[in-house]
Amino acid sequence: MEQVIFYIFAAVLLFAGAMVITVRNPVHAALFLVLAFFNAAILWVLAGAEFLGIALVVIYVGAVMVLFLFVLMMLDINVAPLREGFARYLPVGALVAALMAAQLGGVILAEQAGLTGGMIPAPSGETNNIQVLGALLYTAYVYPFEIAGAILLVAIVAAIALTLRPVQRGRYQRIGEQLATSKRERLRIVKMKPRGGGAEQ
Amino acid sequence: MIELSDYLILGALLFSLGVAGIFLNRKNVILLLMCIELILLAVNINFIGFSAYLEDIAGQLFVFFILTVAAAEAAIGLAIVVVLFRARGDINVASLDAMRG
Repeated sequence: MEQVIFYIFAAVLLFAGAMVITVRNPVHAALFLVLAFFNAAILWVLAGAEFLGIALVVIYVGAVMVLFLFVLMMLDINVAPLREGFARYLPVGALVAALMAAQLGGVILAEQAGLTGGMIPAPSGETNNIQVLGALLYTAYVYPFEIAGAILLVAIVAAIALTLRPVQRGRYQRIGEQLATSKRERLRIVKMKPRGGGAEQ
Repeated sequence: MIELSDYLILGALLFSLGVAGIFLNRKNVILLLMCIELILLAVNINFIGFSAYLEDIAGQLFVFFILTVAAAEAAIGLAIVVVLFRARGDINVASLDAMRG
């Protein structure tokens, strides 16, 4: 039963991955990537990594892919010139991918590697995945955890610094100076002699 | 019961798909970033498979850190794409030849 579920979701995952790299419209590619992440999250939950499965959905589908879609839709990209080399690079790309898959498969399925036949134990209901993860994360891995936080901070600052535009140079009010003026600076009282004329007298 | 090699083969196939995507979509920066996400997902599947097989939680912690770094990378990459689009009006990799490389 578990195996059937695994194969179904793995097949959908590979299909989604193949569509990501071949569809014409980048927005569709991003949506297929969302499908791939959902299926990967289900496979992770199947292997007993519940927290990471949920984290994948929340972080990737909820944040990163929305960011991708936002950028794709904000930038008015002409897709046609970006696709022109597609047919030309298809043979070499397929060849490299097939070669790489064959090599990786050969290593994984080789007798000497000892990776075949090992069953993944069914996740037991007693241990709490999040509890175990947290207990290790805040003790043995607290230093990498803090480095990860620093990396995220640097990423925020870098992304904002890259995209921030300087303030537009133009006419604008300096409110502080306006309020700090006194009557003496703005008002000038001029004494003038009335002009001598006949009509007014 | 699922075999460990099922997860490893799945990871290998997904990794190959990501590499093929980099070849096919080498003009579009955003699709290149998406292919990098695919490759990282394949690596993470390997980590999760081994973590479950060896019953060692450290593999899942590594996935956690990879997710963090990948999110940061995606944010900075997209920021660079936005700046690039503002400066040049398109995101074609072939037109990035200002340094005559």
